[in-house]
Formats: sequence, C-alpha cells, structure tokens
Amino acid sequence: MKILVVTEQRDGQWNRASFETLTAAQQAARATGASITAVVAGKSVGSLAKELAAYKVAEVLAIEHDLLEKYTPDGYTLALKQVITEARPDFIFFPHTYQVRDFAPKLAASLGRGMIADCVGLRYENGHLVFVRQMFQGKTAADVIFQGDAPWFASFQAGAFRGDQAETGGSAAPRNVNVDLKPEQIRTKPLELFREAKQAVDLTQAPIIVAIGRGIKEPTNIPLAEKLAQTIGGEIAASRPICDEGWLPMERQIGSSGQTVAPKLYLAIGISGAIQHVVGMKGSRTIVAINKDANAPIFEVADYGIVGDLFEIVPALTEELAKSK
Amino acid sequence: MNIVVCVKQVPAKDAPLAIPEGAAWIRETDIGFELNEPDGYALEEALRLKEKHGGEVVAVSMGPERSKQAIKEALAKGAERGVHISDDKFYELDPLGSARCLAAAIKREKFDLVLTGLQSDDHGFGQTGVLLAELLGLPHATIIMQIDAADGRLKLKRELEAGWFQWVELPLPAVLSIQSGINKPRYATLKGIMAAKKKEIATLTRAELGVTVSPTQRIERIYVPKKTKKTEILTGTAKEAAAKLVEKLKHEARVL
Ligand SMILES: Cc1cc2nc3c(=O)[nH]c(=O)nc-3n(C[C@H](O)[C@H](O)[C@H](O)COP(=O)(O)OP(=O)(O)OC[C@H]3O[C@@H](n4cnc5c(N)ncnc54)[C@H](O)[C@@H]3O)c2cc1C
Ligand SMILES: Nc1ncnc2c1ncn2[C@@H]1O[C@H](COP(=O)(O)O)[C@@H](O)[C@H]1O
Repeated sequence: MKILVVTEQRDGQWNRASFETLTAAQQAARATGASITAVVAGKSVGSLAKELAAYKVAEVLAIEHDLLEKYTPDGYTLALKQVITEARPDFIFFPHTYQVRDFAPKLAASLGRGMIADCVGLRYENGHLVFVRQMFQGKTAADVIFQGDAPWFASFQAGAFRGDQAETGGSAAPRNVNVDLKPEQIRTKPLELFREAKQAVDLTQAPIIVAIGRGIKEPTNIPLAEKLAQTIGGEIAASRPICDEGWLPMERQIGSSGQTVAPKLYLAIGISGAIQHVVGMKGSRTIVAINKDANAPIFEVADYGIVGDLFEIVPALTEELAKSK
Repeated sequence: MNIVVCVKQVPAKDAPLAIPEGAAWIRETDIGFELNEPDGYALEEALRLKEKHGGEVVAVSMGPERSKQAIKEALAKGAERGVHISDDKFYELDPLGSARCLAAAIKREKFDLVLTGLQSDDHGFGQTGVLLAELLGLPHATIIMQIDAADGRLKLKRELEAGWFQWVELPLPAVLSIQSGINKPRYATLKGIMAAKKKEIATLTRAELGVTVSPTQRIERIYVPKKTKKTEILTGTAKEAAAKLVEKLKHEARVL
C-alpha cells in the first residue's frame, strides 16, 4: 500500500500544514504498513524536495513546470493527475488548505474517485482506515470510510495533527517527474495577491483577548464586551460574521481567514466554535467560553465554561473583575 | 446572464440535534430548517448580477419535500424559476454522487454561470461547487468575495488564508463558490412573496435525471464529539458564576 502526501508551497515557502499531513500519513503508514511518497509541485522546488527527503518517507517527487509557478486549479489538477496515474498510490493525503479545497475534489472526480475532506482524525480499525470529520458545524463528528476502488483522497484540517511530530530520518533522493502542461489548458488567470486589512492592531501580541460572536446580536451591544475587555486589560476580537457585518474591522477577525492567536487568556463570548474559528485560537493557554448552548462545540476546547445568557454574565463578570482589582 | 444558483436547506442554526443510536443522519422530526447561510449570499450575488446584466436566475435544490421552501425563498427574493430534485434519501449521497445529481439537473438549463455556497452547514463537504465544475467541464473559482463581469469574462476576488486575497480571471461559462459576507442579502418583500406563488418549480427525481451513483465513501455513524479538554463548567447565578471564574483565572490558571 502506498500513501501519496501532496505538500503545499507558495513562492518557495512551505505551508506548514503540509507537515501535519505528513504526520497523519506516517501514523496511517505505521498502522497499515504502507509506504509514503511525498510530492512537492511548483516552478523550481528542488531545495524544498531536499527538505522533504529529510523526513521518514520512502520516496520524494518534485514536479517542476513553468505553468505551476502560480497556482491554478487546472494546472494543479492536470499535473497531479499524471503523477497519480504513474505512481498509483492507494491514498492521496492533502492538508485542508484553501488551495486544496479549490482543486482536490476536482482532481479526485477527474479520476472518477471521491474525497473525504477536512478530516480532524484518523483511526485504523477492522482492517481499514476510518476518517473522522465534523458535520453540522462541529456539533457532531462523523466516522467515514472509503468505498469502491482506490485511489482514495483525503484532506486534514489545520491543527488536527502536529507538524513538529513528523518523523525525520529519511534517505530518499528526490526524483524529478515530468508533467505535460500547455498554456491553453489553463482557463483561469491568476493575478496579484494582496492584503486589505490595515493591521493597525497586532492581536498576536495581545496577552488577553475578549472575542465576541453572533451571540452579541446587535452592534449596539458591543460596548458591553468592550467594557469587559477594558476592565480585564484585553483586546477585543470577533468571529467572522461580526466582521462580515462590519461591526468590527476585519483585522480583528480570529480564525482561518483572519488572525491566528495564542494569548494567555481567550474569552469566547457568544461564539459557537466552528472549526474555522477554533483553528485561530485553540493554541491559547487558557480558554473561557460563555455560551447559552451547553452543546456548543466551543466547550470542547474551553478550560472554563459558563452556560448562560451573555447579557447577564458579561456585565456580572465585568463587575467582579473590577471589584477584585 | 443566465444564472443557476444551488440552494440547500439545512437544520436551523439553533435546532437541537438528536442522533438516533448508530445512525448516520440526525432525526429530522421536531426541528426547523432554513436556507443554508452561504447560499443566501450566493443567491443575492446571482440576483445582483441579473439585475445588472439581464437574464434569469434559476434556483436548484435537492432534498425532500421540505427543501422546496429554500426554492420558494429564492423565488420570493427575485429568482425566476425553481428546480427541485426530489430525493428523500439525499443525505445518503456522497459528495460526488450529490454533485452528479445536481450537475444532471443543471445540464438541462441554458446558463452562463453556476453559483453555489462555499460550504453547507449540515454535511459541510465543501466540495460541491468544485465537483460541479469538473462534471460540467467548466472553469471555476472558490471562496469568492467579489465578482466583476465584463465581455464574457469574470474578474474575481478570492479569499486566501490569514487576511490575504487574490484576483483571478476566468471566462464564462463558469462555476463559482461564494463565501459568506460577500454582500448584504436582501429580505423578501410581501410583494415578492405573493409573486413567488405564481412562479414555476419543476420537480425531477434521480431516476428522471438518469443518474446512478456508486458511493465513493460512507458515513458509518455520527456522534457528539468527545471533548479533548476537561472543561470546568462554572454554575450558579450570573454573579456567582462570574465570581467563581475570576477566582479560577486568578488562582488556578494564574492568567490575571
Ligand atoms: C472557508 C471558511 C473560512 C472561515 N473563516 C472563518 C474565520 O476566519 N473566523 C471565523 O470566526 N469564522 C470563519 N468561518 C465561519 C465559521 O464556519 C462560522 O460560521 C463562524 O465562526 C460562526 O460564527 P459565530 O460563532 O459567531 O456564530 P454562530 O455559529 O451563529 O454562533 C453563535 C453562538 O452564540 C450563542 N448565543 C446566542 N445568543 C447567546 C446569548 N444571549 N448568550 C450566550 N450565547 C449566545 C449561540 O448558542 C451560538 O453558539 C469560515 C468559514 C469557511 C467556510
Ligand atoms: N442538496 C443540495 N441542493 C442544492 N444545493 C446543494 C446541495 N448540496 C450542496 N449544495 C450546494 O453546494 C454548496 C456546498 O455544499 P457542500 O459541498 O455540501 O459543503 C452549498 O452551499 C450549496 O450551494
């Protein structure tokens, strides 16, 4: 059995989630006796391929082509399809990045195969791999298994495995593989990358963060949380819907499309705990959740929780904090 | 510009979910359903493009009878027609099977653009738009935050991770997955709701579409996830719970 790990880089910089997926693959390989082939694609990726070869993998493939310099779904699909057809892996593992979700399902479908995306766990049970993913916005987990013929495609959510646990000690010499790509096969034209947020605040440096979610209901209620933030000496932040509404600037958004923070204290107020939010804050030292729904997924990562109405709890907490000073 | 927009009906945000023992889907009785939130943004974007460039908007939804409500909402907001793929067991489909059914229905339409939401709040496959593009043989882009259409081409703002964006261009026809927050969805007016009553909703079944699916994956069971951390729940009145929390943060966690 063979597992192909598709890594991700942009302009020669790794997406670190690649190594988390490598850890997942190594774990699967230990259970199943599979061998691992790691792949890196781009315009010139020789040095990245060498880095990969330091990890415990059986084989490293470097796919180099001018048309892979900038990511396009067509270019990546066509290139990887050729590599998969040649390498004949049983499983293809990806990090669940925004780039992967943009092309990997297409790649799988182009081979008539399916993908289990956004997995948060992996087990070996009764002779097969069981993939764990979330459903219903994290309110339930699901055990999913593949059906039909290989190859089988899966992607792993950021933080589901630890990249620093990827085993090194490999001795495979990277091998270049040629792919056939023509400009006219690529229908999308990638243009410039840019940032919008002014980044006037650097939330990554804040020791305490008071984050609000849709439970706050109205922008006129935000001062309630701001007062708490002031009293506790923290910065205010939010889940995506609050920033989408323009109630707080986007630079204060926590999560996969916003900031990733790890303060010593993170208070999540009226935030359900969707995975795209949690990946941006679960590294916090102490997490407090205030939510009226005892089953909200945020409680899965919280150290302390208060189940109740934030409109009662937040003022009470502000008062207690002021008193204790 | 003729636009097909895929709208899915999902359990309401605050619906208490009950999972029958060993089941792969929730118990549907006694809970409310609503339009999948990202699809509301996709619908709004479709309506705005139509208002600017002309054409019609067709809302497609697959699911049991109840999912017609998602189509009716689209019609009330200004979509011209609806297509309901009637399927009581749609939740047993894998992402590819589900996309095959939707693609078969979309192929019957004359369209320039297909819009989907980025992700459904129930299955959360996050794959359907990309799969539709492959099955329809069209270019695509996902996580879209802005659409500018001119001369048969689209200029699109794609969201990337950590506050980054990218412009991309592609030719029509195409498939786009729309990210939440791209616009401010309108509310249906009373006039719109009345007008919707006269609009057509065609019904199709999987058999009529001629789709046979062989699943590539199967959900064995769903369950409430195990906690990874031991959460200490602080109880009492708001004041009591708050006082306990301050105490804990000071002397146990030592973060204050
Ligand atoms: C590709 C992608 C990227 C994304 N990126 C991000 C991101 O960077 N950051 C992000 O946050 N999200 C992101 N999301 C969205 C994410 O999936 C969730 O939709 C979002 O995090 C939900 O925000 P919320 O918790 O504020 O709202 P909801 O999920 O609506 O939760 C509101 C919570 O408030 C509670 N509540 C309501 N009233 C009260 C009350 N009176 N007292 C106490 N509690 C109350 C409810 O019980 C509920 O748990 C992304 C999604 C996708 C698909
Ligand atoms: N049963 C369905 N009926 C209509 N549209 C759907 C259906 N399933 C998925 N979609 C569309 O595909 C998007 C992504 O869904 P998913 O791939 O399940 O995350 C949704 O936001 C919808 O626009």
